[in-house]
Amino acid sequence: MAIMAIPAFLQGSTDLNVSGPNIIASFEIFGITIRFTETIVLEWIVMAVILGLCVFLTRNLKVNGVSKRQVIAEMAVEAITNLVRDTMGKSWLGFTPYIATIFCFSIFGSLLSLTGLRAVTSDFSVLATWAAITFILITATKIRFGGVGGYLKGFLDPIPVMLPINILSEVATPVAMALRHFGNIAGGSIIMGLVYFGLTGLSHLVKLQIPILTIGIPAVLSLYFDLFSDFMQAFIFIMLTMVFISNAAPPEDETQTA
Amino acid sequence: MDISEAIVLAGSAIGAGLAMIAGIGPGIGEGYAVGKACEAIARQPEASGAVTRTMFVGCAVAESTGIYGLIIALLLIFLKPFT
Repeated sequence: MAIMAIPAFLQGSTDLNVSGPNIIASFEIFGITIRFTETIVLEWIVMAVILGLCVFLTRNLKVNGVSKRQVIAEMAVEAITNLVRDTMGKSWLGFTPYIATIFCFSIFGSLLSLTGLRAVTSDFSVLATWAAITFILITATKIRFGGVGGYLKGFLDPIPVMLPINILSEVATPVAMALRHFGNIAGGSIIMGLVYFGLTGLSHLVKLQIPILTIGIPAVLSLYFDLFSDFMQAFIFIMLTMVFISNAAPPEDETQTA
Repeated sequence: MDISEAIVLAGSAIGAGLAMIAGIGPGIGEGYAVGKACEAIARQPEASGAVTRTMFVGCAVAESTGIYGLIIALLLIFLKPFT
């Protein structure tokens, strides 16, 4: 039987290609090279999707005779508000929009991998940005409650010898947060790439022209790496953000509000 | 390929494999944490929400060391800092 030419998209992944996001354009400002990467484009897509969803869900809000859309929107807002109230306390409800934004962005950015595009959260710069925002919020909270002097004095707590360790733990907080989210999503996508590559090779080994083995089997792993891991990491990221920010305030303040 | 470059590449690959031994620690730690959380929920089912939340945050923190190992392995394989 003559071997027919198989279209490229049916051949599976015949080469293992693990790389960072593609650089679409790069230009220089004041000697600093700014790279316009794939991630930025995908981030704008995610932002547009979230914005569209928000506009769609919150149109025609009514008090009586609510629509299904409004019920969904109310459920989502209430769930996040309750989470913030339970974790941080009543006086911290002002942080709800930030927490909800990070949560939505993280989930939609990670679920982008289900569409075959690159997950936004598998780029370290995205997570580093979020962690930097959280770090600024933690520092701002510390300064708000203790003043600049109290903030600087906190580094000498409990004894001045601890200064280097305190600085290290201060820096390690955002770095660990960013690396955790990045490592989980990027590691998951690399493992999925290896699985597709391995299964394609295996089906070529048993003389199947079209890699039938890659149908169905990766879905089981994808369930964990693409769905469970995404939700888990988004949840953990906002939980840690909330815990770190509310821990930055002095403990006696928390007992008052609780 | 130059022999010295080949040695560096081989060393990087072995190092990446060794770095992933770091996965043992979080595995044991998280298993222990989840086991204790199950005990706590069995003893006090009404506190399951708070216990589960605390457990996930604790697991995430315990996972850090494993993730550091993974990052080192990724750097060694894909960034090849020593070549």
